[in-house]
Amino acid sequence: MTTLTYRDALNAALREEMRRDPNVFLMGEEVGVYQGAYKVSRGLLDEFGPMRVVDTPITELGFAGVGVGAAMVGLRPVIEFMTWNFALLAIDQLVNSAAKMRYMSAGQVGVPAVFRGPGGAALQLGAQHSQAFEAYYAHIPGLKVVMPATPADAKGLLKSAIRDPDPVVFIEGEMLYNVKGEVPDGEQVIPLGLADIKRAGRDVTIVCHSKSVAVSLRAAEQLAAEGIEAEVVDLRTIRPLDEATVLESVAHTHRCVVVEEGWHFAGVGAQVVDVVQRDAFDQLDAPVLRVTGADVPMPYNKFLERAAKADPEKVVGAVRDVLYQS
Amino acid sequence: MAGTAARRHQRAPSRQADAARAEEYRGWLREMLLIRRFEEKAGEAYSLGKIGGFCHLYIGQEAVAVGSIAALRPDDYIVCSYREHGHALARGIPPRAVMAELFGKAPGTSRGKGGSMHLFDVGRGFLGGHAIVGAHIPLATGMAFAIKYRDTDQVTVCYFGEAAVNNGAFHEALNMAALWKLPCVYLCENNRYGMGTALERASAIYDISERASSYDMINEVVDGQDVLTMKNAMDRAVERARTQKAPTLLEVRTYRFMGHSMSDPIHGHYRTREEVEEHRKRDPVALWSHRLIDEGIMDEAAIRALDAEVVTEVADAYEFAENAPEPEGSELYTDVYAGEADERTGGQADGSAQGEAPSEGATDRLSARPPIRL
Repeated sequence: MTTLTYRDALNAALREEMRRDPNVFLMGEEVGVYQGAYKVSRGLLDEFGPMRVVDTPITELGFAGVGVGAAMVGLRPVIEFMTWNFALLAIDQLVNSAAKMRYMSAGQVGVPAVFRGPGGAALQLGAQHSQAFEAYYAHIPGLKVVMPATPADAKGLLKSAIRDPDPVVFIEGEMLYNVKGEVPDGEQVIPLGLADIKRAGRDVTIVCHSKSVAVSLRAAEQLAAEGIEAEVVDLRTIRPLDEATVLESVAHTHRCVVVEEGWHFAGVGAQVVDVVQRDAFDQLDAPVLRVTGADVPMPYNKFLERAAKADPEKVVGAVRDVLYQS
Repeated sequence: MAGTAARRHQRAPSRQADAARAEEYRGWLREMLLIRRFEEKAGEAYSLGKIGGFCHLYIGQEAVAVGSIAALRPDDYIVCSYREHGHALARGIPPRAVMAELFGKAPGTSRGKGGSMHLFDVGRGFLGGHAIVGAHIPLATGMAFAIKYRDTDQVTVCYFGEAAVNNGAFHEALNMAALWKLPCVYLCENNRYGMGTALERASAIYDISERASSYDMINEVVDGQDVLTMKNAMDRAVERARTQKAPTLLEVRTYRFMGHSMSDPIHGHYRTREEVEEHRKRDPVALWSHRLIDEGIMDEAAIRALDAEVVTEVADAYEFAENAPEPEGSELYTDVYAGEADERTGGQADGSAQGEAPSEGATDRLSARPPIRL
């Protein structure tokens, strides 16, 4: 085990995969000379040169499309978006080109590309820089959506994403880059589509992903002090969704709260609720509740911003509700 | 005697060259006739309800696809817009497979899942018809990037209409191609109309070739109704791409004799019957037929015979498509992800279908579970 930041774990995954496979290259704004806007690509230009660590103009649509085209003929691009907020300009390439190519060509052309970068709100960045878009991409058949919450998951999942034959939307937590954690030494590849139980418990299942995992774990600690043991299930991959792990946990706890950073309406949590009510209806002792970001553009003011975000107190409140303790 | 032998020696290669040239020229006419007859038949099939959705015919632009694709090698990449039947046929995709795809049938190029706008043939480097205006231009740039990355001497050609040049994807893609010196030919088929909007109603600059100056890119304006002119211009552009890794913007002036798609008229609110008739005087198939007659390569009877041969081939393709089976119902869920089998058939979820084996414990967990719903 080595202690790494989330940022350095991603860097290690990129470096190892680029060493392993000459078809893997990194492309995006400021990934090379500047060493990465968030320093995820630090040192890669020196090791791999400008043909494999490619600085682009500010043209999200264009370079996302370049990545798709390169992937169509067998390269393995990792396309970095400086943030997923800017990637909205490129969503046509992800939805209409990357996701559909295999189907439209009846399996002749795949797009083994990874689109990655930070998502979610940081602190007081305002409405256009504080958005969680995973539900957008998870809605699209043909895409996979991955959101690691820890350094170990970041490394193992990014390695899987790079090796995956399909287009992967890999959303990193903007607030997680400095988080430190134990990362196993040597080759550690975490399959896509596999959730992880971050904390075992018997009284309630908290389903979460990305930044919400830390929020849920803090809530679980508070609850434990009151004698309530929450099981925290980190989805890790939004699509494919590991329904089995969620259902097993709910069968064990009989209560469920879903936590996410994104907006409530048509969010990822709605999909989880659909799965639980359909396949674990008889197991439930209470309706499934959701804790989400407020359905508003993110305010700049720090108090309003705090009010808009999912936090441990809101999760604790929802857990008390499903336990009928409030 | 020695003198005769020397003369014969000199003349023989020239006769061979003439014969090869005649053969090539005849081949181009055959391809253009094939596209013309194929599209006429496709239009007929659409009217009969045998082809669904949108169907954008290529009649009037045949010389562009035939002349430009004649300049390519089999290992070059071709990326097209949604008006790509002609390019597919010129690339040698069998008419049966193209027609079957238009009919949505199982033996079609995309097994009926793509349709008229999404023809693919990877074996021929034919990387798709793409239906969002301009969005495929960066894909071509990406393929050219891959060529440079691998240091081969292939070339990518990207076809698009003049309406696409006002689209951001066009600018972004050409800028990067010029910046990075990528081997790509951007071939704008300027047929004057983006759907029903004339170029001068959509574009601040009518001279599309001038756009290249924004990227310090070599450009050329080409008469797209003359197949030989097209071939020669494309030869120059391909040579630049292959040997100098320099991209080119070709503005090819052409005209579509039909409506934008089968659902709109040949003329109407946006252009006059007289205008269409005027352009029909430079029908690329007729122009090239006259050229071959003038050069003594073919006579009228030979051209009629060639046309009859092509009509028969198209009739065969039509009959093949009509009688071909529909895709199996199980095809609905295949080809969304790689290596997957439909979950309803108990197939393995693709999370484990990666190049490398997942860690041991993880594999056990996965295999012990029901397939994941994607």
